[in-house]
Amino acid sequence: MDLTVGPNQFFWDAAQWRDFYARIADEAPVQRVVLGELICSKRLPFYQTHIPEAIARLTAAGKQVAMTSLALITLKRERKLTAELVDMGLEVEVNDLSALAHLPPGAAFSVGPLVNVYNEGTLRWLAGRGATRVCLPPELTLASVGVLAATQAVPVEVWGWGRLPLAISGRCYHARLHDRAKDSCQFVCAEDPDGRDVDTLDGQAFLAVNGVQTLSARCANLAPNLPALRRAGVAGLRLSPQSQGFVDLCQMFRDLIDGRIEAGALAERALPDAPGGAYCDGFSGGAAGVTWSGRV
Amino acid sequence: MELICPAGTPAALRAAVDAGAHAVYCGFADETNARNFPGLNFSRTEMAAGVAYAHAHGAKVLVAINTFPRAGSEPLWHRAVADAKTAGADAVILADLGLLAHTAEHHPDLRRHLSVQAAAANPDAINFYAEAFGVRRVVLPRVLTVAEITAINREIDVETEVFVFGGLCVMAEGRCSLSSYITGKSPNMNGVCSPPSHVEYAEERGELAAKLGGYTIHRNAKDAPAPYPTLCKGCFTSGERTGYVFEDPASLDATDLIPALAKSGVTALKIEGRQRSRAYVAKVVRSFRAAVEAVEAGRPLPPGALASLTEGQQATAGAYRKTWR
Repeated sequence: MDLTVGPNQFFWDAAQWRDFYARIADEAPVQRVVLGELICSKRLPFYQTHIPEAIARLTAAGKQVAMTSLALITLKRERKLTAELVDMGLEVEVNDLSALAHLPPGAAFSVGPLVNVYNEGTLRWLAGRGATRVCLPPELTLASVGVLAATQAVPVEVWGWGRLPLAISGRCYHARLHDRAKDSCQFVCAEDPDGRDVDTLDGQAFLAVNGVQTLSARCANLAPNLPALRRAGVAGLRLSPQSQGFVDLCQMFRDLIDGRIEAGALAERALPDAPGGAYCDGFSGGAAGVTWSGRV
Repeated sequence: MELICPAGTPAALRAAVDAGAHAVYCGFADETNARNFPGLNFSRTEMAAGVAYAHAHGAKVLVAINTFPRAGSEPLWHRAVADAKTAGADAVILADLGLLAHTAEHHPDLRRHLSVQAAAANPDAINFYAEAFGVRRVVLPRVLTVAEITAINREIDVETEVFVFGGLCVMAEGRCSLSSYITGKSPNMNGVCSPPSHVEYAEERGELAAKLGGYTIHRNAKDAPAPYPTLCKGCFTSGERTGYVFEDPASLDATDLIPALAKSGVTALKIEGRQRSRAYVAKVVRSFRAAVEAVEAGRPLPPGALASLTEGQQATAGAYRKTWR
């Protein structure tokens, strides 16, 4: 089973972004890295110039690099960005189906967790169109994951770690929380490198916002499900970037897969840096996603 | 412009047709449609009778099969498409790629509309669905402004349908798993959002708390009206701010935008509310039919008769106005 670093969901300053991927290239025992902007096209100009360098360093370190599409493409400028992405010559990870329209028929691509792949028909259709790997939506149960992996249409990956991407909107919640409109947001989402917590009136940790995205408050951790994921035939686990301790986290998951540590030890050691400070894995068993099967 | 009206029951279908609906949309009583509530929707026999009634009165029936088929259970969805065709449906409304591919292959003559649950939000996406699956009409997601809708219509050859009234999703539809995160049940997989089975009301400290899956969504004075705890329309705290972080408990009313939508090239206006009573449906449909006819005749819009019907007495034009974002 291999490890993929998913696209960073958050808005970090350029220096932090560059250093993060330099360390991934040099130190993280992962096979694949997905780069690029997933959430908001307005963020891209801030770190865009560092992308070629990151690609070169990751490639030189033997990592496979893919570029993500935006999760929600609406503006003309965003459609143009998507077309240009295809011209970069790297694998494109489709996270909005309209990116497919820009891929020449037969061109290889991968499918990210924000595309609705719930069943065999959809998986087979995407494989027929050229998909070489599919990261399934985090909402799927392990039973569904097993059915999909068993088709052997294409290797499937599962969301293994990180705040869950639960929704995407036309509205920017970060701007709204600052009484601003999306067009005059002044990039306030940069203040929250792992998302901004949203609690209920009774102080329960509930969700987190990240610009136009809504995430789980808790950090998904599928480490306890590793044996079941293996049995289901899952090819890879996706680890979603966080601002603290991420290289160590990649190492812990590598050690877990290779049998050097237990899921319980991983959960304990990774908790201090986990966004939200609590875990969830409920989607796997078909329960509420917020629930957690582990002990930490 | 066509007026597309909701029918959660055979009675609501007849009420909508009688009130002037050009078409009604409805679904089978199972998880194949995105309004899978107890006591709602149509058996196979009811569907056939509903189609016959609508056709006899010059209206069309569009069958929503717009959840995402569960892995290992696709035949349930495939049967729904075949049965909609047998019942005489004028079109099926689909969201899932695999189901679209199946329908295009096995029922090429059955007209295919793309559900709002597919969230096709730009011309590239829409043209992709048209080319790959022969989709003839797209229900646009509620993330677009009127100006963007106009621009989209210039770049596509298929019809567009937009929501003008009723419940309002703040998130791109079909791409939201907030409900399953809190309750285990979602629109995509189960056809429900914030399901009543997970709602509880508790009197605490002289207030009424409305909870979903144990999470407090609203807190109101005991005697004040308590809004339904739809999870994206609750009152929450983030940092120093407390309020409606995602959206106020408002519903969509784009009546005033009908003239602009007509100019933008939209083919059909859609009213949300398959869970609503037939009296509600009849009132909304009558009002919108009058508005559409006024706009088409170049008359001013009739004064708003719908304020009393909007959720919590609050209405919004949603994403159609750019400031909403």
